[in-house]
Amino acid sequence: MIEIDAIKEKIFAGDRIDRDEALILLDQADLLTLGDLAGHRRRVLHPEAVVTFVSDRNINYTNVCVSGCRFCAFFRPPGHPEGYVLEESALDQKIEETIALGGTQILLQGGMNPDLALSYYTDLLRHIKSRFDIHIHGFSPTEIVFIATLSNLTIREILETLMAAGLDSIPGGGAEILVDEVRTKISPNKCTAGQWLDVMRTAHELGLKTSATMMFGHIETRDHIIDHLMKLRDLQDQTGGFTAFIPWTFQPENTRINVVPQTAVEYLRVLALSRLVLDNIPNLQVSWVTQGDKIAQIGLAFGANDFGSTMIEENVVAAAGVKFRLPRSEIIRLIEDAGYTARQRNCFYHVIN
Amino acid sequence: MRIYLSDPKLIPVREKVIAGTRLDADDGLVLFQSHDIIGIGRLANFVREKRHGKKAFYIYNQHVNYTNVCINGCRFCAFSRKGGEGGAYTMTAHEVREKLISRIHEPINEIHMVGGIHPDLPFTYYLDLLKTIKEIRPHAVIKAFTAVEIDHLAKLSGLSLEGTLQKLKDAGLEMVPGGGAEVLSSRVHDKLFPKKIGHERWLEIVAAIHGAGLTSNATLLYGHIETLKERVDHLVSLRNLQDRTGGFTAFIPLAFHSKNTRLSHLPATTAHDDLKNIAVARLMLDNFDHIKAYWVMIGEKLAQVALSFGADDLDGTIIEEKITHMAGATSSVGLTRPKIRHMITSAGFEAVERDSFYRAIG
Repeated sequence: MIEIDAIKEKIFAGDRIDRDEALILLDQADLLTLGDLAGHRRRVLHPEAVVTFVSDRNINYTNVCVSGCRFCAFFRPPGHPEGYVLEESALDQKIEETIALGGTQILLQGGMNPDLALSYYTDLLRHIKSRFDIHIHGFSPTEIVFIATLSNLTIREILETLMAAGLDSIPGGGAEILVDEVRTKISPNKCTAGQWLDVMRTAHELGLKTSATMMFGHIETRDHIIDHLMKLRDLQDQTGGFTAFIPWTFQPENTRINVVPQTAVEYLRVLALSRLVLDNIPNLQVSWVTQGDKIAQIGLAFGANDFGSTMIEENVVAAAGVKFRLPRSEIIRLIEDAGYTARQRNCFYHVIN
Repeated sequence: MRIYLSDPKLIPVREKVIAGTRLDADDGLVLFQSHDIIGIGRLANFVREKRHGKKAFYIYNQHVNYTNVCINGCRFCAFSRKGGEGGAYTMTAHEVREKLISRIHEPINEIHMVGGIHPDLPFTYYLDLLKTIKEIRPHAVIKAFTAVEIDHLAKLSGLSLEGTLQKLKDAGLEMVPGGGAEVLSSRVHDKLFPKKIGHERWLEIVAAIHGAGLTSNATLLYGHIETLKERVDHLVSLRNLQDRTGGFTAFIPLAFHSKNTRLSHLPATTAHDDLKNIAVARLMLDNFDHIKAYWVMIGEKLAQVALSFGADDLDGTIIEEKITHMAGATSSVGLTRPKIRHMITSAGFEAVERDSFYRAIG
């Protein structure tokens, strides 16, 4: 306990904790100690008692994917009768509905579909931008690396091309656990940890903001979780391009990884630890999609300052059997009930309206 | 002991909690009004750990709801039916026997039995239920009939309250569940459950139950029209009775579920409110041994978290919960023993399977 007390002192003094200290906290600190510390760090970073949320829609342009990740219940392999690529008319309708519901952005993500050339993506972006005034948060590093390989261009070239076509920012998906020893087991065909970080580094250098995520609760160890956080912190020290971090737990139903779902307590512990380690990433988001409204609301006491998205449509987690729904009015009620002011934000975490 | 508080209004409460001084109603109100959920949790956990260390209890139990026919028609209830209404049912003693036999291979230690206030069943029916259970499950404790049902049975038996309780004990009753108190407030009573027994009678019956040598639980149905002050007054009423009788075992806050009730316009309780009800109960009810996080009502995830916010008991495996699920509960209808143990141990607590009287099993 002496060690934990010393680490607490460091955090209250505003000092950075190292990886060994992070591991001690995750292994040994009790739940409410982590809540105390993360709450303190959150109040230093965000002294105003505000919790933000964004109004957006997940649009999955294709579910065809060659990655075949063992944790995924959403994808269909090429040639599968249930595989799809979204028609332009369906896409337009989804965006019109999003704008009508007060949405400010779309989260545009899809599988690693070998039938789609670079021109598909640029046409898609140009089409959206020509018809709608909406922020496009799209293409996780996994997709960027895949498109680059397929079109024989560098990451930088792909990013520049997509930016020129209208891409506004990049979501932090596909990070899973940024340790290749884990990735080769759960998502062997997906980009490596180094490639994921390289896409983010390049994006930040080109002026694209991105988020970062972590999916835990499968085969990783606590050591791997700390590795993941350290890699993000190191990159953020260099680029400052991450806007937010969003950890969530693996949902095993309908997937090929047979594990007991991660508990709420472990989720809150990792959430709090993320706030403590990632002292240079401004925002921390709860995952109500995987945790439900109750644990998401309690997450605000464990370091989080953002409630995520109203998620007008969410397909990937739903495919794994988890279907939480939260209308905008309910998100606002939960935030206010916890003692905060609820504010809608844009993709850059600027309050709007 | 340093307990950090982000809400300075809680500082006087912290002084009392650390000194072991009883909190008054105003303290209860300050706690309910505060948003410092971590601070409130730490205070409650301080008391919880003094009493129970890292132990967290659960029981292997079975629920029997012998009838949903009820003359009370409480506005918050989705379970009850009028006699003859579609979906109305009443189990015969034979059906209860079959139900128990269907799970006879399981190591069930408690039968939890409650039902509606049925207009036509005779007193012997209830005695037969108890005798049947005792015959099939001689080693399980029968925890049955809330104070509301006991009041009804006393009318049926033609005996005094004491005489009625003696008959029930003779037939096998060993403990009384905590339901039916709802909110011990005349205002809430008149608005939501006017046909059910009120505040005074509920306390009088529970005092008689304890006087008959039976222990009981206590509950609070929160998250509908009650005020924070009414919640605190409820806790103080229970604490006062406990000072006199010592017969309460556990307190169980019950989160109101509105679906399929006549209050369906009300939103679900929030996690903050659920945890506060547990933590404030742990702090106010200094003479209660146990505070239960009833996972059926607040969900498995939050119940696990609640172990750090003052709760020391997760209730049981249950298997076939009906009443809350009729009102839209999204939790499972039952948990397996490995699942409930995993909830406890993965939260850093020591899982203790108990009997109805909190004696460790095995």
